[in-house]
Amino acid sequence: MTAQIEITEVTKRYGALTVLENLSLSIKANEFMVFLGPSGCGKSTLLRMIAGLESVDEGTIAINGRRIDTLPPGQRDLAMVFQSYALYPHMSVADNMAFGLKNIGVPADVIATRLSEAARMLEIGHLMERKPGQLSGGQRQRVAIGRAIVKEPKAFLFDEPLSNLDAALRVRTRVELAQLRHRVKSTMIFVTHDQIEAMTLADRVVVMNNRRIEQIGTPMDIYTRPATRFVATFVGSPTMNFLKAKMDSRDGFATLTLPDGATLQTAMRSDGLAPGAYELGIRAEAVRPARAGETVTTSGTVEVLERLGDRTLLYIRLSDGSMIVAEDAGLSRAAIGDRMELTLDGSRVHLFDGEGRAFHAVEAAHG
Amino acid sequence: MADAALSSPANRAAPAKARVQNVQAPLWRNALFVLPFLVVFVALLVVPLVWGIWLSLHKADAFSSGRFVGFANYVRLYNDKIFWQAIGNTFYFVLLTVPALAVIGLMLALALNSRTRTAAVLRTVFFASSVLSVTIVTLIWRIVFVPGFGLLATVYGWFGAAPPAFLSDPDLVMIAIAIATIWWCIGLPMMLFLSALQQIPGDIYEAAALDNANRWRTFRYITLPSIKRTFVLVVVIQIVLQFQLFGQAKLMTNGGPNNVSKPMVLYIYEAAFTKWDLGLGAAASEVLFVLILIAAMVQFLVSRRKGESA
Repeated sequence: MTAQIEITEVTKRYGALTVLENLSLSIKANEFMVFLGPSGCGKSTLLRMIAGLESVDEGTIAINGRRIDTLPPGQRDLAMVFQSYALYPHMSVADNMAFGLKNIGVPADVIATRLSEAARMLEIGHLMERKPGQLSGGQRQRVAIGRAIVKEPKAFLFDEPLSNLDAALRVRTRVELAQLRHRVKSTMIFVTHDQIEAMTLADRVVVMNNRRIEQIGTPMDIYTRPATRFVATFVGSPTMNFLKAKMDSRDGFATLTLPDGATLQTAMRSDGLAPGAYELGIRAEAVRPARAGETVTTSGTVEVLERLGDRTLLYIRLSDGSMIVAEDAGLSRAAIGDRMELTLDGSRVHLFDGEGRAFHAVEAAHG
Repeated sequence: MADAALSSPANRAAPAKARVQNVQAPLWRNALFVLPFLVVFVALLVVPLVWGIWLSLHKADAFSSGRFVGFANYVRLYNDKIFWQAIGNTFYFVLLTVPALAVIGLMLALALNSRTRTAAVLRTVFFASSVLSVTIVTLIWRIVFVPGFGLLATVYGWFGAAPPAFLSDPDLVMIAIAIATIWWCIGLPMMLFLSALQQIPGDIYEAAALDNANRWRTFRYITLPSIKRTFVLVVVIQIVLQFQLFGQAKLMTNGGPNNVSKPMVLYIYEAAFTKWDLGLGAAASEVLFVLILIAAMVQFLVSRRKGESA
């Protein structure tokens, strides 16, 4: 009942415009795979190609070893939840869910059993006779998921299903999706531009940008070891800090000289790294105000304060004019205009070369 | 401080002076804006309507509105076999044309509902007949149907056969008029159906494709329910329009042979403007008016229900 999906060297063009180029990807059975990327990166197109709603110009898509990209959508044994839900407006909830089953001649008693099972799971039993127009956004969302579940497909495809919900409902539905995922054992592909959805739901994330895959990895992999500068920028909030840095080797480890002359000893092995100019990437949580007695890496002036409750983000202007975001405790006493001494955690730095390739300090720790 | 300010005389006077005018209140001068339309509407529609009812109660001719005869004109109509035949002819014609217009219009719309250039050209072609005047339309179809050298006669002639006598066979004349009318009027239903089809969101078709619905089931369970109201609208509009058949019957057959193709409007025309029996013509007009009114009321009820559920 579950599917291993193999995408091999797939290309998609609209006239002269190439939206996906020579893309290969393997999705394991029962895996929750998230396609993450900015608008227009081709993630929805890839999902729609798997669903059969877009043709494949080059390459193949196979499920459990059987090529499916030549089959019509209905014969691929997949179910999709659309961003707009795409419920049939003139059919009741029950008819919406039963339509796909009736089309393939599933016996009425089996349909009834599956419908009541899904209704119980999604708590929509009391809505079964209503029309989609009489439902709230969240309820429509559940019905759309229910319509997918009753088909008992080999894989579920979700096309930004949470983006039409308000913030509170989105969080709740996200949690419910995570729970659902463990009840319905099936392969799931989920398209989103929201990194929190990707981080919280995925077994693995495919970060896509500009027609191609930037990185495939677990959420923590993507976060702690971004493969490219794009991934480092796109994942994480606030965005990773980037500073120009000169790299030298000392005792086999990289030492960085920042634009204001400050030096930072890193935990990154320098073998294989050519000394020279790099871009230093460091997340806000690895930049803290220095406590008494701690090594001060650099200093600057607080320009903006963002109090988030559990933590405070300090936007600090360094002496060379560059901006760095540091994280402080929720009850930080920092004020705008304060002079602030900072310590940068040398074990959590990333270096990016001129081509956007990344090197990580944590690489040593993770092997 | 705040109390003192509120109780000062200047402030107490202010609310009375600056009483806000209710913007929803009717202002009679606003009627001026609708007056130009209202004058035309009353002069050209309401007055003739009332006058028509008044005329139908009189023995009127071209020179005077005559004397009051009560419902005598209606009694004459009731007893006139040709009038009953005209009503029957009109209903027969509506039955011939309206379902065909709705079904063919829908089929054309389904076939031409795509973004290709061919579809755009064909849409224009099928709509083109609608802009012709009835004179041209009947002329074209007379050339098709006319015995001897007509298009139909020529084609039949190639096979050595005689064509059906569309303009003289009592069983075929109404069908001939219906064919010409359908050809003439097909543009509007097609356009209405096209606009309805284009309002159906594309993603429910994608959902249906993933739901394994074949073409027929997609049409039956997705397309048809989505355009149900447009379908009713097209049927009602066409009923109202086709009840008023006149030009085609007048020009193609002149109501013949033996009145089998005489519709109500042609009966009215002949009563009022050939026999100059204006009272009788007016009475027949009122009967037609009531019939069309019933059809229009149905249209009104349908569109109102549409508004409620939206």
